[in-house]
Amino acid sequence: MMQQTEMIEKAKRAIEALNPGGPFNIMEVCGSHTMAISKFGLRQLLPKNIRLISGPGCPVCVTAQNEIDSVVELANRNVVIATFGDLIRVPGSKSSLQLERAAGKEVKVFYSPLDALKYAEGNPSKEVVFIGIGFETTVPTVAVTIKEAKEKNIKNYSVYCLHKTMPEALRALLEGGSNVQGFLLPGHVSAITGSKIYEFIPKEFGVGGVISGFEAMDILMSIIMLLKNYKNPAIEIQYKRVVRKEGNLEAQKIIDEIFEPCDSIWRGLGKIKGSGLRIKDKYKDFDAAVKFDIKPIGEEIEIKGCRCGDVLKGSIYPNECPLFERACTPENPVGPCMVSSEGSCAAFYKYGA
Amino acid sequence: MDKVLLSHGGGGTMMENLIEEIFSKAFDNEYIKGMEDAALLFGNITLTTDSFTVKPIFFPGGDIGRLAVCGTVNDASMRGAKPLYLTSAFIIEEGYPIEDLKRIVKSMAETAEEAGVKIVAGDTKVVEKSGVDGVFINTSGIGVVYENVDVSIKNAKPGDVVLISGTIGDHGMAIMSAREELQFDPPILSDVSPLNKMIEKLMTLEKAVKVLRDPTRGGVAEVLYEISKMSGVGIKIYEDKLPIKESVKSACDLMGFDFLHLANEGKLIAVVDRKYAEEALEIMKSDKYGKDAAIIGEVNDSKLVTINTVYGTSRIIDRPIGELLPRIC
Repeated sequence: MMQQTEMIEKAKRAIEALNPGGPFNIMEVCGSHTMAISKFGLRQLLPKNIRLISGPGCPVCVTAQNEIDSVVELANRNVVIATFGDLIRVPGSKSSLQLERAAGKEVKVFYSPLDALKYAEGNPSKEVVFIGIGFETTVPTVAVTIKEAKEKNIKNYSVYCLHKTMPEALRALLEGGSNVQGFLLPGHVSAITGSKIYEFIPKEFGVGGVISGFEAMDILMSIIMLLKNYKNPAIEIQYKRVVRKEGNLEAQKIIDEIFEPCDSIWRGLGKIKGSGLRIKDKYKDFDAAVKFDIKPIGEEIEIKGCRCGDVLKGSIYPNECPLFERACTPENPVGPCMVSSEGSCAAFYKYGA
Repeated sequence: MDKVLLSHGGGGTMMENLIEEIFSKAFDNEYIKGMEDAALLFGNITLTTDSFTVKPIFFPGGDIGRLAVCGTVNDASMRGAKPLYLTSAFIIEEGYPIEDLKRIVKSMAETAEEAGVKIVAGDTKVVEKSGVDGVFINTSGIGVVYENVDVSIKNAKPGDVVLISGTIGDHGMAIMSAREELQFDPPILSDVSPLNKMIEKLMTLEKAVKVLRDPTRGGVAEVLYEISKMSGVGIKIYEDKLPIKESVKSACDLMGFDFLHLANEGKLIAVVDRKYAEEALEIMKSDKYGKDAAIIGEVNDSKLVTINTVYGTSRIIDRPIGELLPRIC
């Protein structure tokens, strides 16, 4: 343990030595990074001008309210809603899966979509709909369930696809004029996609990025790498023990087999071209949107006073939102960034600013 | 909120609100107030009650029967008392296998014998299919407070020392991994065990032991928060002093849980006068269920519950809110 403290001290000194002086905003775009930074208290180790800000990295947080409304609508169609745990507390405009469950609708939490498929197989009289949510990390396993359902001819299983992908959202952020000097890029997503999908960031916007691991030392090392390359921005991999440049080709293959890009609405960011995934026609029997003729209605719904959008863009810290800690708490979340345990508002609330 | 949600039973802020709003208001009297594990009657008798529902009913390291005895034995002891008599009430779902029921009752009898308590009254109800999920058990218990002791959630003072009797999060993670069918090597076992023998020995320190509390639902975080609130003090703990199994820690990382929120069923947190801290630690360590005991922190006057991380930073410990939900990625 002593050794670790020494390493942290060393990293701290390196960061101070490389400090460019002016405002240096580093945006993380992964919920696990947001949580790690708050939990380890890493902000306390950085000079004041180096700020860690949270971008759109938590899949639950960027799920639009009308998407949640459509999931609630699905829950009322006599199906079993199978979902990741985080999603059940997220409020739509009128209800949430948690409230629907208390009202007697069947909502089951699964740790993996494969378990949901197994459940469907074991309960052929029930119509099971898995809510596909998350970035490239969760997409491959969901793709596997669809492929397997087709191969095994499991007819009572389908996926309601709300998946989103990272690159176009980052482009939209940068085009919107975000004040970001470097990106802490997601380790898990990148393990699947590789680093190529980020190459446009330094090329077109002159901003660097480092794909980082999730330990305190990983994140500090990544910050050092970002500071070192500040003048010659590039995409680098710190999390080499897991991420390869080309990514996981097998996983990419199965994603391409099942899904194709589509436009998607992000909470706080609005509609972003090519930033979502939908199930290809070839697999439409397993597409709950087709099977139950359901889709999110309208554009994004504004939540009064909620500044999750600005938090996701990195223009404010969560505690600068007027609702933070007052109208909006983890028990009674108003905005999505407070709902998910990975959300930046939840992280700020839990661990202090 | 017009309906009860699962989160209301999670042992965090939502449950506290439900209890305060609905129960404490209606049952208002001097005994029920004050967030104690057991009511203190006639000056030296403790009375406590608890209902047990657990899925799966037989879990790695224990079962609902052992849990139902330990839970009440431990709660009855946490005012510095010797638990003596328990009651047991069963609500059973129609169709439940008799063989399993026998196993549960046998486990209860064995655990009661281990703890040295007697189960002296009982009740049995059977409800139609789906009326309950398998078996629910309620146990109540009474105990007698040892002489010359004064143990209460209100007694912590700045300068006191905080101890825990062993590794944290074992029960919560054992249940979670059984539910999610996650395999760990070695497997994570529940710590469910009666702590009354350990408490009996601790009570030889008399008034030096100020607070005793078992961190069940809501985990260590919730107990520290309750002590802070009810004693009007702050508590600082040290991450590197916390006993935790490597397997529990990595399972937490995997599933996105904070180990401070996980339930324990065979651990106690003690606040002890600093002068007697080492002695209390030795007593804990000499007990069968306390060999990993440790001094984990101290009481201060900040009113905040904080943890010093292994990275040389510090943060506020958050309270659990409700249901523990595995996160997405």
